[in-house]
Amino acid sequence: MNWSALIIAVIQVVFFVLLAPLLIGVMRQVRAKLEGRVGAGIWQPWRDLRKLLVKDPVRAEDSSWLQRAAPVTLLVSSLLLCVLFPLVGAMTVTLIPGDLFVVVSVLLIGVVALALVGLDSGTAFGGMGSSRHMMVAALVEPTLLLAVYALSIPTNSSTLAIIVETRLETPAVILSPVSMLAMVALIIAIMAETGRLPVDNPSTHLEVTMLHEAMLLESSGRDLAWLELGSSLKLAALLGLVANLLVPWGIATTSSALAVIIGLVAIAVKVLLLGGLLAAGEVFLAKVRLFRVPELVAGSFALSFLAVTASYLIA
Amino acid sequence: MTAVTAGLAAQLVLALLSSVLTFSVPARARSRVSGISCALISTAGAATGALALAGGRGSLTIPLALPVDPLTLSPDRLGGLFMLVASAVGILVSVYGISYAHGPSASRTSWAALAFFLVGMQLVPAAADAMSFLLMWEVMALASTALLLADHAHGRQVSSATVWYSAMSQLSFLLLLGGFTVLSAAAESTSFSAMRAVSSQSPTASIVFVILILGFGSKAGLVPLHVWLPRAHPEAPSHISAAMSAAMVKMGVYGALLVCIRLLPDGPAWWGVLLLILGGISAMYGILQAAVASDVKKLLAYSTTENVGLIFLGLGASMLLRSYDATAAADVAIIAALFLVVSHAAFKAPLFLGAGSILHATGERNLDRLGGLGRRMPWTGAAFGIASLGAAALPITSGFVAEWMLLQGLIHGARVDGELVSLPVSIAMPLAVAVIALTAGLALLTFVKAYGIAFLARPRSPAAASAHEVPALMRIAPLIGAVAILALGLLPGPVAVALASAIGPEAVMNVRTIGLAGVGLPSIGALLDPVGLLIAAALVAIPVLTIIVVTSKRHPQRVAKLVWGGGGERNNPRMQYTATSYAEPLLRVFDDVLQPSRDVQVTHVDESRYLVQRIKVEQRVSDRVETGLYRPVLSFADRIGVLARRLQNGSIHRYLGYSFAALLVVLVAVSL
Repeated sequence: MNWSALIIAVIQVVFFVLLAPLLIGVMRQVRAKLEGRVGAGIWQPWRDLRKLLVKDPVRAEDSSWLQRAAPVTLLVSSLLLCVLFPLVGAMTVTLIPGDLFVVVSVLLIGVVALALVGLDSGTAFGGMGSSRHMMVAALVEPTLLLAVYALSIPTNSSTLAIIVETRLETPAVILSPVSMLAMVALIIAIMAETGRLPVDNPSTHLEVTMLHEAMLLESSGRDLAWLELGSSLKLAALLGLVANLLVPWGIATTSSALAVIIGLVAIAVKVLLLGGLLAAGEVFLAKVRLFRVPELVAGSFALSFLAVTASYLIA
Repeated sequence: MTAVTAGLAAQLVLALLSSVLTFSVPARARSRVSGISCALISTAGAATGALALAGGRGSLTIPLALPVDPLTLSPDRLGGLFMLVASAVGILVSVYGISYAHGPSASRTSWAALAFFLVGMQLVPAAADAMSFLLMWEVMALASTALLLADHAHGRQVSSATVWYSAMSQLSFLLLLGGFTVLSAAAESTSFSAMRAVSSQSPTASIVFVILILGFGSKAGLVPLHVWLPRAHPEAPSHISAAMSAAMVKMGVYGALLVCIRLLPDGPAWWGVLLLILGGISAMYGILQAAVASDVKKLLAYSTTENVGLIFLGLGASMLLRSYDATAAADVAIIAALFLVVSHAAFKAPLFLGAGSILHATGERNLDRLGGLGRRMPWTGAAFGIASLGAAALPITSGFVAEWMLLQGLIHGARVDGELVSLPVSIAMPLAVAVIALTAGLALLTFVKAYGIAFLARPRSPAAASAHEVPALMRIAPLIGAVAILALGLLPGPVAVALASAIGPEAVMNVRTIGLAGVGLPSIGALLDPVGLLIAAALVAIPVLTIIVVTSKRHPQRVAKLVWGGGGERNNPRMQYTATSYAEPLLRVFDDVLQPSRDVQVTHVDESRYLVQRIKVEQRVSDRVETGLYRPVLSFADRIGVLARRLQNGSIHRYLGYSFAALLVVLVAVSL
């Protein structure tokens, strides 16, 4: 058992729990400023969480135990992502290497938990959100796995830490056309998976178009707090992964205190910067019709398929 | 006489005893006595299978008066594995049947047929020659037909399903008969060991391969030969559906494995490609149909087609990779296919048994009328939920391990030591990964729908509202299956090693137990330890749970009748999302493939045509393979039948004329 990897995993989890609400705050603030609004300030998500935790959760009469368990499941799946991803340091806990296929399925546990919350509420709205959410998740999966496949080819392994380390050692891999195709596909898939524009509009409430928020409508109190925290953690962790795949420099490869501190600062800067960019980009995007999402997903699938075949034929 | 021989003999003797008992005990004790004796048959089968899988040898030879080789039952490791899988399902089904069987499905015929069905299924993989294989196969097919027919008095659906089923299973039998005949003619013997001498590169081998794969594919439910599944599975009594789907369909898989890795190993590359394509199409078509099905048993039937498709995809990929000498990845792919077999048996049995419990409690199979069963039937709900997770291939279930292994085999297949294996492989592998991914994604949606609509939210009909938990035996059997799913998913290492040993000694090199009981694939450098994952999840969950415990003291939950009603009243349960509406977006996206037919009737108010009084919407998704491929053939056969009727007009003179003409033809033929 390598203890340094374990310690880094713990640091990652704690740090990302602190960072994730801040990321959402920054993204909302960037968006507000660009739209000419004052905005609620970057600490608002934190204040919301604190408020939700001290409220009594109200549950419907016919809701089941899932209303309580599923939010925790979503949060745990997001926390597990923070354990498995190489965010602060690129070392792996021996027995649970961050295998990309395992990571994707951990992500899917959260997806399923959220969908079940939506169904359990017993309203038309929740079911609608759940159904659309699952459809998008199902259609995104081929892109996601093929992008994983493409990323695994240069290193001949689907273990994330090895992939990131290879990119750190030979930066030429990052700029290869194959890797760029795979990254674009991966980013589109992640945007769909985390419910960002143009697939879902994270700032709408009570609109027929929404996916993610529709499933949370009936949750309240700490249930809602877990769902919100889980979703923002998922976004932060996935942005961190993309950042480290694109710009791996700064990630700790040894367990010295200095390396870890540099790793922490680097990942915080990368995630917040990427989040700010994403928010700025979203200002110029409109949500596409639900039934045009498959076209978007098909496009990203084509990119990832090209990435895989190209890496065999060119290399 | 070895233990395996004794086990084989015991199964045959127990089956005979069981049917005698069934016909001799009084009606009120029948289900109990017959159920226990069926469970004993399967226990004997499980023990024999486990012994054979561990390497035990033994054979049972039954000499015939015919001038052919004697019937020989002698399971090898692979046969032992399939015997074990079929028997394990058999035990669950028999136990469940004790409580579940009622009316016609508890008749003497049904229970006796179940005994023969189980023993036929358990001895198919023990056969060491074509004759005994076909004999056991036909026992299995006939007994299952009798079981399916049990409820025929209750609806035309049942008789129609039986006709389809027996037509397809006899077609399958004829194909197998033809295939084995050609092969044994080439080998000049009916024993499997002699058939191995036939070169798999010869044209005869290819003909035999295609015929046998069609025969086995029909039993396994591959598209386009799957049409009997969505008919027979819903109409059969639920414990029989479980046995058919979780065990009998696997015999088709066993047959394909027998042909591909035992009788005709190392065939040409196109065999692998054929199986890959068949498997991929079945997986995608099956899960798409399952995703839009509202009948829970039909959904499960189509999901069987999907899983069998994935198994064949793994087998095909393995054969393709082996023909290009990517042996490590090929071995991983075939071990993954076997893991899928075991995993599918583990989750499909509780799913069908759970569907039986729902049917028992509510009288409904239609998901659109269910809901809220999780609180009313907690045990059934737990088993069905875990089995759904397995079917959706989420961690820590067996389905996840199987798909993970398959994906690892595929992504490491196209290159060996940095060298590209071949161009077709480098295109086939990403396509196969994409098919698996789409299938997995749709399976997720399908089983969220199946569990969520049936067990969560509010009851959508009075029948669902008055549901009650089922008797003890019907709770226990699915729960055992659920435990098996988790056990296989958490401790996959030893299981994978045992599965590898069923393939052959070389395959064992490519799989290893790591950590507590995780699975490692040393030759391609991948490892998975679900227990580690579970521990990590538990560790990160501790702080969250602590916060919940602390805050819930000060802020207990409040239960409200109307949560966010906004001054209105809680809407009617019928306004919830149903299974049909849940799948509607998907139906639109895959419109071209599924081609649903929709009928909308709007009735206007008399006074104004702008006001609507009533809207009736009817939507039907038919199986396009059936309407496109089978209907034309059936209507052609019908037309021939009508034409043939003209031959018989009832006139005695014409019949005498026919006899005279026939006599003349014979005489002329003889004299030539």
